[in-house]
Amino acid sequence: MALKIVKGSIDRMFDKNLQDLVRGIRNHKEDEAKYISTCIDEIKQELKQDNIAVKSNAVCKLTYLQMLGYDVSWAAFNIVEVMSSSKFTYKRIGYLAASQCFHESTDVIMLTTNQIRKDLSSPNQYDTGVALTGLSCFVTPDLARDLANDIMTLMSHTKPYIRKKAVLIMYKVFLKYPESLRPAFPRMKEKLEDPDPGVQSAAVNVICELARRNPKNYLSLAPLFFKLMTSSTNNWVLIKIIKLFGALTPLEPRLGKKLIEPLTNLIHSTSAMSLLYECVNTVIAVVWLSVLKYLGLLAMSKILKTHPKSVQSHKDLILQCLDDKDESIRLRALDLLYGMVSKKNLMEIVKKLMLHVDKAEGTTYRDELLTKIIDICSQSNYQYITNFEWYISILVELTRLEGTRHGHLIASQMLDVAIRVKAIRAFAVAQMATLLDNAHLLTGNTQHSGICEVLYAAAWICGEFSEHLEDPMATLEAMLRPKVATLPGHIQAVYVQNAAKLFSTVLCGQEGAPADSKVAQETSQLLIDRLPVFVQSDNLEVQERASCILQLVKYIQKLQQKDVEVAEEVTALFAGELNPVAPKAQKKVPVPEGLDLDAWINEPPSGSESEDEGRKTKGKAVFAREESRHTKPRYTEVDEKELAKRREVRKAEQANNPFYIKASPSSQKVRTASSPNRQLVLWMPMSDQYVKLEEERRQKNKADRKKDKKKRREKGRQRRGDSGPESEEDITPAHMVDIVTEEMPENALPINSSLTSRCITDVCDIQGNLHDGSQVVVSVIFENKCDSFIKSMEFNVMDSLNSKLQRPEGAGPHDSLTVPFHLPPGISSEARFIFSVQSIVMPQKLKGTLTFIVKDSSTHEKLDFKLHFTCTSYLITTPCYSDAYAKLLESGDLKGSSLKLEGINQPFHHLLARICFHHHFSVVERIDSCASMYSRSIQGHHVCLLVKTADQTVSIDAKCDEPGLLRNVLDEIKLTFSQC
Amino acid sequence: MMHFLLLFSRQGKLRLQKWFTPIPEREKKKIVRDMTTMVLGRKPRSCNFLHWKDLKIVYKKYASLYFCCGLDAEENELLALEVLHRYVELLDKYFGNVCELDIIFNFEKAYFILDEFLLGGEVQETSKQVVSRSIEASDMLQEAEIDNSDYDLELGWP
Repeated sequence: MALKIVKGSIDRMFDKNLQDLVRGIRNHKEDEAKYISTCIDEIKQELKQDNIAVKSNAVCKLTYLQMLGYDVSWAAFNIVEVMSSSKFTYKRIGYLAASQCFHESTDVIMLTTNQIRKDLSSPNQYDTGVALTGLSCFVTPDLARDLANDIMTLMSHTKPYIRKKAVLIMYKVFLKYPESLRPAFPRMKEKLEDPDPGVQSAAVNVICELARRNPKNYLSLAPLFFKLMTSSTNNWVLIKIIKLFGALTPLEPRLGKKLIEPLTNLIHSTSAMSLLYECVNTVIAVVWLSVLKYLGLLAMSKILKTHPKSVQSHKDLILQCLDDKDESIRLRALDLLYGMVSKKNLMEIVKKLMLHVDKAEGTTYRDELLTKIIDICSQSNYQYITNFEWYISILVELTRLEGTRHGHLIASQMLDVAIRVKAIRAFAVAQMATLLDNAHLLTGNTQHSGICEVLYAAAWICGEFSEHLEDPMATLEAMLRPKVATLPGHIQAVYVQNAAKLFSTVLCGQEGAPADSKVAQETSQLLIDRLPVFVQSDNLEVQERASCILQLVKYIQKLQQKDVEVAEEVTALFAGELNPVAPKAQKKVPVPEGLDLDAWINEPPSGSESEDEGRKTKGKAVFAREESRHTKPRYTEVDEKELAKRREVRKAEQANNPFYIKASPSSQKVRTASSPNRQLVLWMPMSDQYVKLEEERRQKNKADRKKDKKKRREKGRQRRGDSGPESEEDITPAHMVDIVTEEMPENALPINSSLTSRCITDVCDIQGNLHDGSQVVVSVIFENKCDSFIKSMEFNVMDSLNSKLQRPEGAGPHDSLTVPFHLPPGISSEARFIFSVQSIVMPQKLKGTLTFIVKDSSTHEKLDFKLHFTCTSYLITTPCYSDAYAKLLESGDLKGSSLKLEGINQPFHHLLARICFHHHFSVVERIDSCASMYSRSIQGHHVCLLVKTADQTVSIDAKCDEPGLLRNVLDEIKLTFSQC
Repeated sequence: MMHFLLLFSRQGKLRLQKWFTPIPEREKKKIVRDMTTMVLGRKPRSCNFLHWKDLKIVYKKYASLYFCCGLDAEENELLALEVLHRYVELLDKYFGNVCELDIIFNFEKAYFILDEFLLGGEVQETSKQVVSRSIEASDMLQEAEIDNSDYDLELGWP
């Protein structure tokens, strides 16, 4: 016995251990298989020995060989033997081998049940540990059933090391033996709040896995998980919890809302990619589906601006979004569609949209769809429409919409197309005649701008282009139905007027044919019968027109009874074709000889507002023929801002006026000339810089003009380029839109050279008076540019409530001040005027006049001007030390505002110099591309700027104790830079 | 859940395999073969994720070894990469600058470490310290036993 043991241990010394085996295999690369088969033989010998150490070594080697792909299933029993060793070292090897080699069909597994149970209850936690680890790999349904209770007990083991393993293995047990889930679950739930984080995370893992398989049973745990999610800092656990919520939210949509905040917090705070990814995953899956769609569409609209092609390929997807139940997503999708249309897909897109119109619920969205359809079709001057008959039928289809508020829009489109596309007039007229015939369908909604508005267009089109009507008599009859009297007044008026036009057409037809005069007389009788309804209308326009026409028809009837042919004369009433007029057509009209457009007819009115309004109302008269546009243009003295405002108003008018073809923005040139032969320039520079600035301005003007011309040239080229071989353009439009956009050669004169003999330039500088917070000194330089001596200059300003010119004592509030010098030709001189200002927060404009006598002609001349009191002029360059500056900013009394300037490509020091120069700031400190600046108002407000620049972008953060002043100063700074 | 974890060399030699679900031997061999050919066939700098049947395959190369695992489709790939990395860290800590040979010669240790880190395809312990401590404790236990067994031999006990 002893000998045997000794022999065993001696043998053991010569045994190969694992390292030897590995080394051996590596040394026998050529005949590996052969070497290994000898090794396996050795191992078989070793396994026959009683020594557990030898057996364990053999099993360890077998495990290695198993990995190399050799079958070791024959040694299963030996593995169980090693597993059963009382020593941890061997047990560990045994369990490792088992976990690698055993599978469900290994029959020896059933022999292990008791051994495993024994190990699970071992006092040594590591014994229990290896048993659990091993079990996790080869647990069978039988083992699960037999050991479920033991493992469940271990879930409450005192050692967290065991608890976490037990918790994890429970999942495997649940899978193999589902009946164990119900009794074990309460304990599992308990483990979610285990004091040990390892156990907790294990429990989270298991429940996540379970919940993924059957989420609805775990909804009740949501509050607990929510608590864990907001309290846990362990990313591994967080990922699992978020994944769990991803599975739960589809069942409980309210969860989504609750999750938004913690998830966004995590997304913003975490640095772990995997956690971020999980959050985003969950967000995508459940929480923000609609938000994402919305953002996606928004992003697409951004891409559309730069890469239209790539977005166009997603057309179907975007069209799908129109079905979304969220209205804001649908609207976003509509916006995108607007930018996506091309000649090829316009019809298709509009067809889809029309389907949506039919389905759409809620008038707001339907109206939105309607306007979008019209916008899409009419954009860029109907650029994408290849078939206007199609468009007219779309418009007619749209009239079927009930309750829309955009009848007016449809009507104006109908008018526009019918007038400008000559080729389809016949078609349009036929469609309109049908509309008129079915007017009763549209009259349900008589509210303003309801769908009945289209009748306005229909009546007018049928009347104006009545020669295209197949059966003018029927249409005439339709227009004079008694029901018409229920329509809004302005539509009735059009009806009446166009009934007259139709009447003339009908007469023409009847008299031209060799028919008896009776028919013609009957037509007249129809009018005489029907018109009285309109004569009684409470609408003045309708009444007036109706009674006028009624009398006319009565007269015609009388003539007809005398067998006089009247048709020709009646037609003459409406002779002349109406043609579209380009916005610039005015310029083509030659000025009649002897007419001085620039001369004042009356003295200019004091305010320009009333005149503005006058224009507006004129623009609204749709049927006013061209004559109305022949009124003499009056150039009044207006400054740039005012002009810009008017331009906007005018553009808006033209956009609504079907007779105007929309102009491209560059094509309108504004004459900045003030009164014809005088020139007034107002600038606010430092006194010694006048000349330089004046030069600068002239150059700028010149450059502007050049730019303008260049643009025009470019435009021309584009137009030519359009007909190039682009695939888009291959589809030739079926009808051409009548576009009149070419211009008269521009003979705008350079502003400064338009000066004639007499001229005064005055330049003024407004400077605050530091000693008195309410005083501003305006120094005005008068320059005589003409050849005559100028004297008796008198300066006057209309005071406002806020700013008053200080006059000598005893002078009335409207008296002028005499300029204390005369001006010989070519001489300039400076005069100072003092103004008192109450509030310096707002910029101000004061109107003033300068009267003077030109000696040669001895006439009294008058020059109107405006004084701009900008907020900048209330600032005084005041030096400030950086520490005082810092203190000022720290004080917290200042309110902030900021400004961003794009595309500034001048050097930073130039920029600073500009701000200093134009806006009276001083630089406090400058570090690289960052500078702090300071200025003070005459009333002691501090204005601090922090100017930063990066790639042509300048950001200005400003602080001041008077926010209004600051805002205005910033606006002025912006203006300064937009001018350069 | 992770279904398997494989470590193999550039030559496609399997260095470690851990199956978290019971799979027949034949199937295992097929998976190993597929994984090695798929992963080794990838160009450098291509992404670390693959799809294979209904599993997500996440792999990463550390020095000469490829670490490759198969996950359920709904698992987080980035998390799996973190798991692989954590395992490498644990090996590194245990062996001290781990290399392929460490894992070849001490393959059972590599398994023991893995068993303390993952269990049943789930992360068992997220703390590196806790994992290393339990490994150390098991090793200590083993050493104590070996000392004892030498003593046993001297005494002539089986």
